[in-house]
Amino acid sequence: MTKHLISSADLSRAEVEDILETAASMHDLQRREVKKVPTLRGRTVINFFFEDSTRTRSSFEIAGKWMSADTINLSAKGSSTSKGESLRDTAMTVDAMAVDALVIRHHASGACHQVAQWVRCSVINAGDGTHEHPTQALLDAYTLRTRLGDLDGKHVVIVGDLTHSRVFRSNVITLKTLGARVTVVAPPTLMPSGIGAWSAADGFATSWDLDPVLDGEGEHGPVDAVMMLRVQRERMSGGYFPTAREYTVGYGLTRDRLERLVARNDDVLVLHPGPMNRGLEIAPEAADSPQSVVLDQVSAGVAVRMAVLYHLLAGEDTPAPMPASATEGAVR
Amino acid sequence: MTRLVIRGARLLGADPADLLVEDGVITEVGSVSAPSDAEVLDADGLVALPGLVDLHVHLREPGREDAETIATGSAAAAAGGFTAVFAMANTSPVTDTAEAAERVLDLGRACGLTEVVPVGAVTKGLEGAELAELGLMARSRAKVRVFSDDGHCVHDARIMRRALEYIKPFGGVVSQHAQDPRLAGREACCHEGEVSGRLGLPGWPGIAEESIVARDVMLARHTGSRIHVAHVSTAGTVEVIRWAKAQGIDVTAEVTPHHLVLTTDLLLGYDPVYKVNPPLRPTEDVEALRAALADGTIDAVATDHAPHARHDKEHAFVDAAFGMLGLETALSVVSDVMVRTGLLDWADVARVMSTAPARIGGLAHQGRELAVGSPAHITLVDPDREVTVDAAASRSRSRNNPWHGRTLHGAVLATVHAGRVTHDVRNGAGTRRELTNATTSGADL
Repeated sequence: MTKHLISSADLSRAEVEDILETAASMHDLQRREVKKVPTLRGRTVINFFFEDSTRTRSSFEIAGKWMSADTINLSAKGSSTSKGESLRDTAMTVDAMAVDALVIRHHASGACHQVAQWVRCSVINAGDGTHEHPTQALLDAYTLRTRLGDLDGKHVVIVGDLTHSRVFRSNVITLKTLGARVTVVAPPTLMPSGIGAWSAADGFATSWDLDPVLDGEGEHGPVDAVMMLRVQRERMSGGYFPTAREYTVGYGLTRDRLERLVARNDDVLVLHPGPMNRGLEIAPEAADSPQSVVLDQVSAGVAVRMAVLYHLLAGEDTPAPMPASATEGAVR
Repeated sequence: MTRLVIRGARLLGADPADLLVEDGVITEVGSVSAPSDAEVLDADGLVALPGLVDLHVHLREPGREDAETIATGSAAAAAGGFTAVFAMANTSPVTDTAEAAERVLDLGRACGLTEVVPVGAVTKGLEGAELAELGLMARSRAKVRVFSDDGHCVHDARIMRRALEYIKPFGGVVSQHAQDPRLAGREACCHEGEVSGRLGLPGWPGIAEESIVARDVMLARHTGSRIHVAHVSTAGTVEVIRWAKAQGIDVTAEVTPHHLVLTTDLLLGYDPVYKVNPPLRPTEDVEALRAALADGTIDAVATDHAPHARHDKEHAFVDAAFGMLGLETALSVVSDVMVRTGLLDWADVARVMSTAPARIGGLAHQGRELAVGSPAHITLVDPDREVTVDAAASRSRSRNNPWHGRTLHGAVLATVHAGRVTHDVRNGAGTRRELTNATTSGADL
């Protein structure tokens, strides 16, 4: 296992599967009365958030606490430049406190990558700018596998603001690692630059039109899951699309589109990393449908992050957090 | 009278000859019997070029002396073989008055290691709104001829038109930093393409440069004035310039050494040492730039030497400062990618790194033939010397050197500025002579 988790590309298929397997036993733990295991006792994990976050930060915090690590939350809103301290100084300062892991959310793409080169501790990317969000991709994969089983050959459609989405960038890597087929859909203005060469090199499909993809026309084939990405209303002023109404008509998961999906495949899954813009990229009927696994994603978040902490921080001789035979919480 | 004999240098790479320099002027070429009081500089096997001229450097003084000063920048220039450098106006305060320009000129003369030529701002404070005192800068002791808002594009077509018209009487030129601010967002930090898409970095496309260059060559045609395109970075810009020259439009252009070699994929490690404006472009652009320099579409090489304090580079990529060092490595890079590949010979190097930039910048006494009567600005190059660049060994005050650790072929071993040796590492770096606090006898030579 690598020391850091910066990019989803850091993980091989075997490593992803290991993490997801550990996450499954962690998930069992969540259903118990006593949720704590002693695995990371004496370890210190700092959640360093340079950008607002509710669900990612709290799930990392809970994950650390349930593993018995000392978790500390730091926030430094605003850019490092506006604070007058360089990113390197900030990173070195925290590292000097002899922590074991830095979980970093940063507004700038690549920040975690840079920090990892300056510090001794493990670095976990909790979202860097519009680059990556590898633990989100892992929890999405976990959610998908729970329902669909092995992802080999399964078709996942990702729809929305791809340009500004770190969820998309990590998901396309992890899904491909697990053998899934991926199609990404967005208007040309919200497709990342150079996506033609990129998708050809990495083996995923792209489309400007949502309906032919959802209807499985031609080469697209049947759909197993649809992941809707958040679209920020501010993008309209950037000229990315004219109005919310027009976006919804073109790219929203509307009630009508959901009904057509379900008619073809009753077991189709609807994912959204949150927070949702109900009525814009996803209709309430889709968000709250039996096909929606949005809350499963949130619930998987803690288990997956516990598994990531375990794989990065636990030493070789640290026992697996949940012996298969255990029937009660490990801490009595 | 001070005398210097340069022994056995290959003038522009041709047959060896001696040069006698007396009081800063070349007085004899051929087989020279050294007068007894002459300093002798053995240049056996070295190529002699007219002193290199750099149309585009940032010396950071006044304002950011922690990153570079005119003294440290001059030392880096001398080490790079430059006998004249054009210091961009984006200092603090901005070089937008005659007084500010004269101050830069005087500081450069006080160092005496290279000729420091101030570039004047096109607009007050580089704000793009009102013309700076172009005429007063031209009439000052600094005799400013090159005007640029470098770092910013003169994007208002009306201001650009007026500037081009206004500088005609005194033979000025606008050196344009071509970057449409509407096509390059506020956060844009690299070339927009596959790499930026994968990295999630906001970029700007080549068209942001090309559309401004296309407009500017038409404005130059309309006004009958002279335009210079700074740091050309795309194949599209090359096409526009090639077309404009064919129309007889008075346009010249420069390319940086880094745009001749370094490509966008270096950004994959998010190292801000590779953050520069214009951004590093894909291989297709790099190839087009080399071809354009070889065929004369691009007239000159200019470094865009841009020193930055460490702490201004050690931020997240989007927050870090734009720019990289270039003065000390320029000749080695050009030797490596243009001469060794056969795209240019040494006479061509003399043209693109000395004669053409001197002409574009209006320096009659620089970029002259190595012949009797010419001011003695001479750069001696070992075309076969292998150098592995060490950022820590730089004369610059900054260390943002993208060439660190790379091995280049061809190196400047000695520089003569106005008859005086300002750099000499013929016997290895350990014996280099540093001239400090010296003044030139005739700075206007």
